[in-house]
Amino acid sequence: MALELMARAAAPIPLEVAFRVEPGELLALVGHSGSGKTTLLRTVAGLWRPEVARVRVDGRTWLDTAARVDLPVHRRRVGIVFQNYALFPHMTAAQNVMAAMDAPDPSEAARILDLVNLHGLADRRPGQLSGGQQQRVALARALARRPRALLLDEPFSAVDRATRERLHGEIVALRAHLAMPVVLVTHDVNEAQLLADRIVVIEKGRVVRAGTTAEVMADPDALRAMGIREVAVMLPATLAEHLPDGLSRLDSAGGPLFLPQVEGAPGTHLRVRIMAHEVILSRARPEGLSAQNILAGRVARIVEGQGPAVMVHVAVGEDEILARITRRAADQLALRPGDAVHAILKTMSVARDHVTRAPQAARTAG
Amino acid sequence: MDWTALILSLRLAGWTVIILLPVSVMMGRFLAYHRFRGKGLVEALVMLPLVLPPTVFGFYLLVAFGRNSPVGELWQSLFGHQLVFSFQGLVVASIIFNLPFAILPAQRGFQAIPVEVREAASCCGMSPLRSLWKVELPLAWPGVVTAMVLTFAHTLGEFGIVLMVGGSIPGETKTIAIAIYDRVQAFDDRAAATMSAVLVAIAVSTIGITFWLSSRVGRRLG
Repeated sequence: MALELMARAAAPIPLEVAFRVEPGELLALVGHSGSGKTTLLRTVAGLWRPEVARVRVDGRTWLDTAARVDLPVHRRRVGIVFQNYALFPHMTAAQNVMAAMDAPDPSEAARILDLVNLHGLADRRPGQLSGGQQQRVALARALARRPRALLLDEPFSAVDRATRERLHGEIVALRAHLAMPVVLVTHDVNEAQLLADRIVVIEKGRVVRAGTTAEVMADPDALRAMGIREVAVMLPATLAEHLPDGLSRLDSAGGPLFLPQVEGAPGTHLRVRIMAHEVILSRARPEGLSAQNILAGRVARIVEGQGPAVMVHVAVGEDEILARITRRAADQLALRPGDAVHAILKTMSVARDHVTRAPQAARTAG
Repeated sequence: MDWTALILSLRLAGWTVIILLPVSVMMGRFLAYHRFRGKGLVEALVMLPLVLPPTVFGFYLLVAFGRNSPVGELWQSLFGHQLVFSFQGLVVASIIFNLPFAILPAQRGFQAIPVEVREAASCCGMSPLRSLWKVELPLAWPGVVTAMVLTFAHTLGEFGIVLMVGGSIPGETKTIAIAIYDRVQAFDDRAAATMSAVLVAIAVSTIGITFWLSSRVGRRLG
């Protein structure tokens, strides 16, 4: 019941892309503006038709230019959240949600609004709601369609940072209820890494890299295409305790992590985004150092790249973190696969929005 | 006071509005949403009645609908009387010269709807007709109503075309504007003054309604 897309076009931008999203999977299409990622989303929804394209969702053909099949937009079971939400301004939140139902049902609308944490705001019009609340109404409306594919077009770009962090957490929690393929279009790599199971990197209408989030985020070429130098990994950790000095202690496979106050109750499963260029490696366990986080691990492999840096993959228990260090430093330490190393991380180098709830935990909880 | 003429004018304006309402919605919506080759030409043609002298326009309609024209002959064979110098002829002429008043404000109303809102309606499973009814008309109605109010008022006051195409047959083509002229010609200033005052009252309320509605266009989108 997957979503399959193949699209080829010469205008308005050259496009040659194919991908597949499994049910319940969240795929992030990442690329610069103008890379064609939104065009692909619009192709799935039927708002745009490339010269050659095939869209199959849930076993049904929505578009096949070769077979002259082109289901009109309103006959495709698609839920879409637009960048600026595109709510119906003359309807209340509940009416917006019911507008997407085959048989409008107020109690079902209330249930979906509760699901996106909009309890008690059902009778407000979009103009009376904040940006984050409008975003939730848009998501509720998309879900009310009972979509076979859920499409999110830069859904968090129009809200402030604090709201965005909260919405990210809500999306992760909501995933337990989403059985359909989900496609997220974003230019924010951090967001893609926090939310996506797999990432497809698009550049100038072509796929430059596709793979699991961990694979793509460890690939320097893919990252260069995304215009970022910062490689990062998501390290699983469990929230242990909140300390009186404003820090939180998390337990990871490599030892404790002290991070600026993390929201949540002790025991919550989290994922921490660790930037490769923020990690220092040491052969001996360092002492007399201000850095609070020292994770013990083993060198898994060392990947040479262009330029003076190498990427050291450090196995920490079952997990892996990346350290981007100079080739010179790697030579001096004489690092070889299998060597024991300590990865050192400054507490303040982990931004608050780089900590998110783990999707697996949310699934069992939901 | 020529009540027959006033009632005739109201009937004419009423029929014009009834027939132009769907034209206003469909054409206004089409011109607002689509870009195509020759769109400028279509818009210029719609605007033409605004700039053409009514007598000139009336003259061409007379030629086009007259006894010897194909349209005139077809009408004669279908209904047994000629199109010009009849109430039906006036309605046809009125529809044509009101096109700019009926279409342009409606077009402006539909243009004010963001394209994503229309796309969202389709993605919510609404057919084009349902989208029009549930989303587009509720947002564009001030434009459509403005169009109809302007059409109604303009029809009441039209003189040149009515005289050219309809003549001045009491109860058939003698509208209130013609009746006023007629009374003035007969030095019956009292009747002319009364009828003029009625038209002034209608015009003032028209402008009031139009301005009030214009201020609402786009407000709900805010």
